[in-house]
Amino acid sequence: MSVTPVPGRLGSVRRLEITRLAGPAVLAAFAVLPVYAALSGDDYLLSVAARMLIWALAAVSLNLILGYGGMPSFGHAAFFGIGGYAVGVLSQHGIDNGFLQWGVAIAVSAVVALLIGALSLHSRGFYFIMITLAFAQLLYYLAQSAYGYGGDDGMTIARHSRLGGWIDLADRPQFYYLCLALLVAALVGTDRIVRSRFGRVLRGAASNDRRMQAIGFPTFRYRLTAFVISGTVAGLCGALLANDILFVSPSMMSWIRSGDLFAMVIIGGAGTLFGPLYGAVALLGLEELLMTWTEYWRLLFAPILIALVLGSPAGIDGLLGRRGGGPGRR
Amino acid sequence: MSATILLAQALNGLQLAMLLFLLAAGLTLVFGIMDLINLSHGTLYMMGGYFAATVFQVTGSFWLAMGTAVPLAFLLGVALELLLLRHTYRRSHLDQVMVTFGVMVFFEDLVKLLWGNASQRLATPTLLQGQVELMPGVVYPIYRLGVIALGIVVVVALYLFVQRTRLGMLIRAGASNRRMVSALGVNIDLLFTLVFGLGAALAGLAGAVVGPVSSVEPGMGNHALILSFVIIVVGGIGSIRGALVAALALGLIDTVGRALIAAALHEFLPPAMASGITPALASTLLYVMMAAVLVLRPSGLFPAPGR
Repeated sequence: MSVTPVPGRLGSVRRLEITRLAGPAVLAAFAVLPVYAALSGDDYLLSVAARMLIWALAAVSLNLILGYGGMPSFGHAAFFGIGGYAVGVLSQHGIDNGFLQWGVAIAVSAVVALLIGALSLHSRGFYFIMITLAFAQLLYYLAQSAYGYGGDDGMTIARHSRLGGWIDLADRPQFYYLCLALLVAALVGTDRIVRSRFGRVLRGAASNDRRMQAIGFPTFRYRLTAFVISGTVAGLCGALLANDILFVSPSMMSWIRSGDLFAMVIIGGAGTLFGPLYGAVALLGLEELLMTWTEYWRLLFAPILIALVLGSPAGIDGLLGRRGGGPGRR
Repeated sequence: MSATILLAQALNGLQLAMLLFLLAAGLTLVFGIMDLINLSHGTLYMMGGYFAATVFQVTGSFWLAMGTAVPLAFLLGVALELLLLRHTYRRSHLDQVMVTFGVMVFFEDLVKLLWGNASQRLATPTLLQGQVELMPGVVYPIYRLGVIALGIVVVVALYLFVQRTRLGMLIRAGASNRRMVSALGVNIDLLFTLVFGLGAALAGLAGAVVGPVSSVEPGMGNHALILSFVIIVVGGIGSIRGALVAALALGLIDTVGRALIAAALHEFLPPAMASGITPALASTLLYVMMAAVLVLRPSGLFPAPGR
């Protein structure tokens, strides 16, 4: 780049490049990580990284509605539960065909998201947070009362979903690369959605819904569609989580899990493409790191979290130098 | 189900409602006046319980425990407001949620570090021990009646304070139009600190009072926090009257509904299964009610004027 080195100007150019490269660089690091894990024999590293990928995928899905669409759903973990229980319940009845299990996970998530969205989207701001929380709590307690399926204790899953002869989910690296591929697909998908006409309407509705309606867009339909897409992807994450640890329980859909997802999006940078990825890596990585030091790791984690939120209004993505953010942050 | 059991359940509901009102009153004021979503409200409730239990274990006096827990909770609230939360007022609700979430998890681990995971003992005072026969066949613990009485006293005191004092007037004005109050020359910073401290004191009182009934332990604030948010949303943010009505409704629905569901399930299902399902199914009642209220009235039952 032929820029004359003007003091101050140079800095901003360099930072812009870091921003462009940071996201793909993180993904590239994830792509080569199994090689390192295999060479060093560190299986634990691979399982932590797989968990980061799944949570990042869920955070990317939440970001579509929270960051770009201005819909702060505080019940997103409910879809984890739906996806997870789809795998668990079908598996208990002897059906381990992954296409069927995951298809059910996606279909049920879509239907539930359609219902919750249709009832919730008239509420705004904090009321939206609370009504989505209410529906998630409803599903949480229903799972607790699922007497034949482990109730409060949850249920172990006998075997991984079978995806034909293509991918063996019991093989950790294969499972890992499937998660990575899905995450990349979700990032590409989000980028395309956000740039499309649909995405523009969605972002417009987030910043001024009344104006968008006055122009003539039936924004409710657009927002509901985004809500369903987001819930469906989160449901898929639930199926992945179930395959990750071969266990599902109501605790995976508790409001604390929804709060974790919320934190990943906000910390990473709401309404930015790679923000949720940074957020998931940062929060889960920090947790792993601090937990090796002390049982009371949250005593260290909480101040870091607070400092990040207060210090960088645009999240980690903002720290890397991108200006502005999504319309979700008012 | 017999009428006596129903009456006992209604009293339990009233007692739960009073505890929930103590929590929700502060939360709704902080949200309504300061526009702050405070997830650390449950922490103040928990700390009230721990302060009381610790003083009780050291001195053996229940009354001294109650008497110190409330001012300590007030001071903790004021310190939190001055040192940290004050810096979040101009930030988005989402950032406030994250910062107060940080406070919440910090104190949860702090409590585990200082007091351990076990629940702390806080015994009923001699004066309030035992049971009393309210009606033939209805025996009820005196302590729980005391909680109900305390709740009624606080409701009346809070009503007089908010309706009849100058500070109460400013609080009402702040709930309907913050900027106007500050433009009229009121020291809004001081008002905010006092309101937050008041909310903290009420939450601490609730945490201390609940000690002998349930247990003082880490995480006791989480469920209480969610319930109080449900109440302020149903009642309408910023409305103390709404908080009272919603607390009464939710308290009664939770306990009486629980008893009815238990009775109904035991009719149709094997006993073990019915007992297993009842708590979870009864817990959905509150959320069904909140969702129904929000679908019908998107700003709660008693929206504060000007919001």
